[in-house]
Amino acid sequence: MREITYRQALNEALAEELARDPNVFLMGEEVAEYNGAYKVSQGLLERFGPKRIIDTPISENGFAGMGVGAAMVGLRPIIEFMTFSFSFVAFDQVVNNAPNMLTMSGGQFNIPITFRGPNGPAHQLGATHSHATECLYANVPGLKICTPATPRDAKGLLKTAIRDNNPVLVLEAELLYSSKGMVEPEDFELLIPLGQAELKREGSDVTIICYAQTVPMALAAAAILENDEEISAEVLDLRSIKPLDLEAILKSVSKTHRVVIVEQDRPFCGVGAEVCYRIQKEIFDALDAPIMRVAQEDVPMPYNERLEKAVLPSAEKLIAAVKKVCYT
Amino acid sequence: MQPPEQRDEVEMLSLMLLIRRFEERASQQYQAQKIGGFCHLYIGQEAVVVGAVAAARPDDYLITAYRDHGHSLARGTSANACMAELFGKATGCSRGLGGSMHFFDKEHHMYGGHAIVGAHVPLAAGMAFASRYRDEDRVTLCFFGDGAINQGAVHEAMNLAGLYKLPLVFICENNLFAMGTSVERSTSLKELVERAEGYNIPGTVIDGMNFREVRDKLAEIIDSIRQDPHPAFAEIRTYRYRGHSMSDPASYRTKEQLEKFRGDDPITRLRAQLTREEKLTNEQFDTIDKKAKETALASVKFAEESAEPPVEKLYDYTYVNGSAS
Repeated sequence: MREITYRQALNEALAEELARDPNVFLMGEEVAEYNGAYKVSQGLLERFGPKRIIDTPISENGFAGMGVGAAMVGLRPIIEFMTFSFSFVAFDQVVNNAPNMLTMSGGQFNIPITFRGPNGPAHQLGATHSHATECLYANVPGLKICTPATPRDAKGLLKTAIRDNNPVLVLEAELLYSSKGMVEPEDFELLIPLGQAELKREGSDVTIICYAQTVPMALAAAAILENDEEISAEVLDLRSIKPLDLEAILKSVSKTHRVVIVEQDRPFCGVGAEVCYRIQKEIFDALDAPIMRVAQEDVPMPYNERLEKAVLPSAEKLIAAVKKVCYT
Repeated sequence: MQPPEQRDEVEMLSLMLLIRRFEERASQQYQAQKIGGFCHLYIGQEAVVVGAVAAARPDDYLITAYRDHGHSLARGTSANACMAELFGKATGCSRGLGGSMHFFDKEHHMYGGHAIVGAHVPLAAGMAFASRYRDEDRVTLCFFGDGAINQGAVHEAMNLAGLYKLPLVFICENNLFAMGTSVERSTSLKELVERAEGYNIPGTVIDGMNFREVRDKLAEIIDSIRQDPHPAFAEIRTYRYRGHSMSDPASYRTKEQLEKFRGDDPITRLRAQLTREEKLTNEQFDTIDKKAKETALASVKFAEESAEPPVEKLYDYTYVNGSAS
């Protein structure tokens, strides 16, 4: 194992899959000559050439659709959105074309495409650039969605996504690109299955369900809860939103009997709403307290730093919610 | 592969007749409520897709919009599979899961059947991109209507095709009306073909009621693309005799206009050309027309007798199993 950044982990995943399969190519805005707006594709143009690493004009609908068309005839495109906030310009391609093709064609055309890029609120980017898109896309049958929180998960999930025969959204955590973590050496084939959650911390009093940018937040909150409140929190990282690892969720909640879901998206029809429904439906009797959710406030993101902080989930809000479900 | 001029014109006429007789049956079955949803008929426009298919190779990629029955039949999908799709049956070309607007046939290189106006045009660019990527000499034929010309997706795809020099023919089937809105009420340009200039794409206007002109001009375009990959734009002027869909009485246009185009019917025209050149007798025409009618009628029987797609398999087509080996 060695320590690398989340950004580097994604870069390794792309490079390894490009090297492995000549049908894989990367297309998007500034991915080639600029080396990626967030430098995730650093060095790939030099290594793989302009045939495989393709700069596009600012035409998300156009190049996302090109990816779908290329996938229909057997290529395995990786389409980068500079941020998933821009994927709305290509919403029709991501929602109407990529995931519907298999059904509409009676099973003739699967779409092995990866849409990837940063997702979720970053820092003071305002309303248009701060979207957490997972709850919108999770509503669409035919899409798979993963939300890695660590460099290891980023590498392993992206590699799996590229090899998957369905459209997969890899929603990278914009704020975590420079975060570091331990990852297996480069010659190790790291594949993490979609739909498999991971316990990032074991505990006995309460389950904190989280993903993407809320994972480090949950781990920080759990450490504080342990020290200050003597509450032992289990931290379950969903890693994939769809498919959802219900088994892991139920296993943890059956043990702790208390749940707080901390998510980076908005509360109304957010990811936590679905998770919450599933838990109460399956193991209502196992719950010792109502499930709490910590999400964004239900407003367009304000630019002002203090207001933005008020909108976003935080360790403080999470700790307050945990104390509430633990009746302390 | 046969060069276009050697493709049998009587065979192409038979194909146009098959499309027409099929659509007439579809219309009847729709009125009998055997067909659900929307149903957009191709009657009047047959020479466009049949001319294109005559000019192309069978392995060239073909993709179109929602008025797609003719495109599937022209590509070689059986009338049975097409009618069964309209009936929503498991034997349909999309197993009854697609419907009128979503015909697919991978074996015959028919890539849909796409019902969001203009949204499939970037897909065509991606298919053409794949041809370049793999150094194949396939050409992609992308059909869309005059109504699509003002969609952003079409503009983006045209720019991308021009930028990457994609082997792609944008085939704009200009039937003068986007649903009920005429071209002059929807488009800032008088001539749709002028849109191509803005993307440095060569444009051609073709009389879509004349099979031979469609075939020959598209053959020339396709040939030049095969020599040297690039996009091209063909505005093919045509007319649909029926309304936009089955529920449209088409009161936004004049009877005179309809009669003018009917007087220039593509099937009548090719028949007259072949008869004049002594390549077709009246008896032969009657025989192929009878056969087209029989095939269309038999497809109704086939569709009626086919099984529904099983409810137990409802979830089988949402995701495909497996991953790249």
